Amino acid sequence: MFKSQAPPEYRATIDTDKCIRCKRCIQNCGWSVYDWGGDRVQIETSKCVRCLRCYHYCPTEAIEILKEETRFKENGYWSYNHIRNIKRQAETGGIPLTGMGCDREGTILFDHLMLDACQVTNPSIDPLREPMELKTFLGKKPSKLEFTKGKDGKRKLATKMPPNLELAAPIIFSPMSYGSISLNAQKVLARTAKECGILMNTGEGGLHEDLKPYTSNIIVQVASGRFGVNPEYLNAGVAVEIKIGQGAKPGIGGHLPGEKIPLEVAKARMIPVGTDALSPAPQHDIYSIEDLRQLIYAIKETTNYKPVSVKIATVHNVAAIASGIVRAGADIVYLDGFRGGTGAAPGIIRDHLGIPIEHALAAVDDRLRQEGIRNEASIVAAGGIRSAADAAKAIALGADCVAIGTAALMTMGCTLCGKCYTGNCSWGITTQRPELTVRLDPEVYAVRLSNLIRAWVHELMEVLGALGVNAIESLRGSRERLRGVGLDAQTLDMLGVKPAGR
Amino acid sequence: MFEIDAKDQYYRDLNDMVRAAVDKGEKEISLKNVNGQYYIATGLRGKLDLSVEGVPGNDLSAFMDGPTVTISANAQDNIANTMNAGKIIIHGNAGDVLGYGMRGGKLHIRGDVGYRVGIHMKGVKRQSPTIIAGGTAGDFFGEYMAGGVLILLGLDSPENSSIVGDYLGTGMHGGAIYIRGPVEQKYCGAEVGVIDTDAEDKKVLEKLLKEYCADLNLDYDSVMSRPFKKLIPVSSRPYGNLYAY
Repeated sequence: MFKSQAPPEYRATIDTDKCIRCKRCIQNCGWSVYDWGGDRVQIETSKCVRCLRCYHYCPTEAIEILKEETRFKENGYWSYNHIRNIKRQAETGGIPLTGMGCDREGTILFDHLMLDACQVTNPSIDPLREPMELKTFLGKKPSKLEFTKGKDGKRKLATKMPPNLELAAPIIFSPMSYGSISLNAQKVLARTAKECGILMNTGEGGLHEDLKPYTSNIIVQVASGRFGVNPEYLNAGVAVEIKIGQGAKPGIGGHLPGEKIPLEVAKARMIPVGTDALSPAPQHDIYSIEDLRQLIYAIKETTNYKPVSVKIATVHNVAAIASGIVRAGADIVYLDGFRGGTGAAPGIIRDHLGIPIEHALAAVDDRLRQEGIRNEASIVAAGGIRSAADAAKAIALGADCVAIGTAALMTMGCTLCGKCYTGNCSWGITTQRPELTVRLDPEVYAVRLSNLIRAWVHELMEVLGALGVNAIESLRGSRERLRGVGLDAQTLDMLGVKPAGR
Repeated sequence: MFEIDAKDQYYRDLNDMVRAAVDKGEKEISLKNVNGQYYIATGLRGKLDLSVEGVPGNDLSAFMDGPTVTISANAQDNIANTMNAGKIIIHGNAGDVLGYGMRGGKLHIRGDVGYRVGIHMKGVKRQSPTIIAGGTAGDFFGEYMAGGVLILLGLDSPENSSIVGDYLGTGMHGGAIYIRGPVEQKYCGAEVGVIDTDAEDKKVLEKLLKEYCADLNLDYDSVMSRPFKKLIPVSSRPYGNLYAY
């Protein structure tokens, strides 16, 4: 038999002394690593992806998943992944597929930015005992306000306010479609959005019947595959998002592998069962800013002028593109940095295309201010927001709010194994296999995700208090409250941030 | 018949008038002097007839769900974008990217059509879109096709001439394309197979083309006077081997 020269990445081990033969590992593994051998559990380690489901469900801590030691000779230039990919490609001729966001090491700008705090010369605020406002509005803001005097002599607002989305906190969930994630995972997001007064996004896979009770907290998405899009869908949510690109895969289309297209998903997308759901790389009706405007207004005509968001991957020329998007009539510009997650993307695209969200955010905010159109649209920053600290820094760099995807999935059990494209997720998140999706109880996990949002809200309030401001609005775009540590002069200049000590 | 004069009307005002008429319960609406206004019948829902005199602008009937729209002249780009149900009848030619992501309903065009017509059409059993064009088509006809039916007739072209552009049906993974007359494989995408029509196909064609001929005052027998070729996807998963897992 031909033995692959791309050896297993991990070694699943069971301590037979500790093992009580309960077979829970066999039941829990979505990858069929374990099988019953009559008197003990047999292990087929080549299938293991280190998702750790078995480890968490083993009652006796008998399981340990090790990094495979017998692999390639260590080399400072040829990394493990370089060698392994060459071996795999030599055997298959294929493009290595990846899931979740880019996991390469490298400078993470968020970690080189420090927030300010008050000492002596201005007072900090105690957020536990004083009012602290995180309320955020997404949408166009008028450039001036006009008032008239009513008959009763009171002043009344004469300016017609553009439609805005009201968020209780500057955090929303990033688009993840039914298909890429399970319906139960979508329900967790929808329930939490409602509970926390924020928004979830359908992604490009239609709006399932079961999500209809949550539509006042849902943004519906239109992308190049137009899956699930009809007038009812467009009008169902509070806003519509046009997806041009995704941070994890700039310049290429959506790709939902056939393994994740059972009958239910096929029906929602109106495509054959088991086929790959391909969203074309471009939207073939959008080759220019003028064309984008045409689609934005087609959607506005259909929805009686609901806010329209346009999502792009952050690429080199992102500032000029964002300016065009705003001028095309978008109410929200959603910037997805290269660290952003995905259900499936070619590794080469995920790891080598696009720019970090920190740079993109600073560039877009600068450009829109210079052109005097920053008020015309809100900016959502996404693509690797890992904590409330990242969120606070993103907002200080110019974002109106942040969007989180991977962090939300982690509350549902995700361990970043990165095999979302196989449809075998043992945690029931990125799979459509009913025996796996049933593990994700929306009620239980909505509590956990709500806890995360609440915790981040408290953290943001603590930060604002330390900064001596009592509203997130006061931090928005306030780069004076950031300092860079260990960043070169040019990077600091691009970010519009002073070095620490100055 | 409820008449609306579109002369010198901004598209938003015009479409507001159309929507107001629909909301009042008008079932037959006629637009006169249309001259390039965008988004006519876009997002319009329900059963009604809308006739358009003049040349309507881009994105006619985008996301439309139910109405029948008749256009006496030529029409422009992006017609029937993600249309859900209803019918559009165009007596002249039409432009590029017609029926993008179309999910249901019918688009009947008498004349020629441009590039990327009927791309990413999709369908499930009960809901299946149809586009029939009487003339010739540009490149990428039926690209990414996942469902529904596309028919190209070449009614004004001499026998045995090619009526299709390049990359016909490229990326096709569902649905069917019928071409009246011969189709050379060199014009087809790699994912497409060309076969002869059988009795089952004839039934499909008869049903669809009789309706088409009735809409456009054409003689059904002369439309059927040439044999059809059928294009089908060779695989429901054309790119399944492209990736290493």
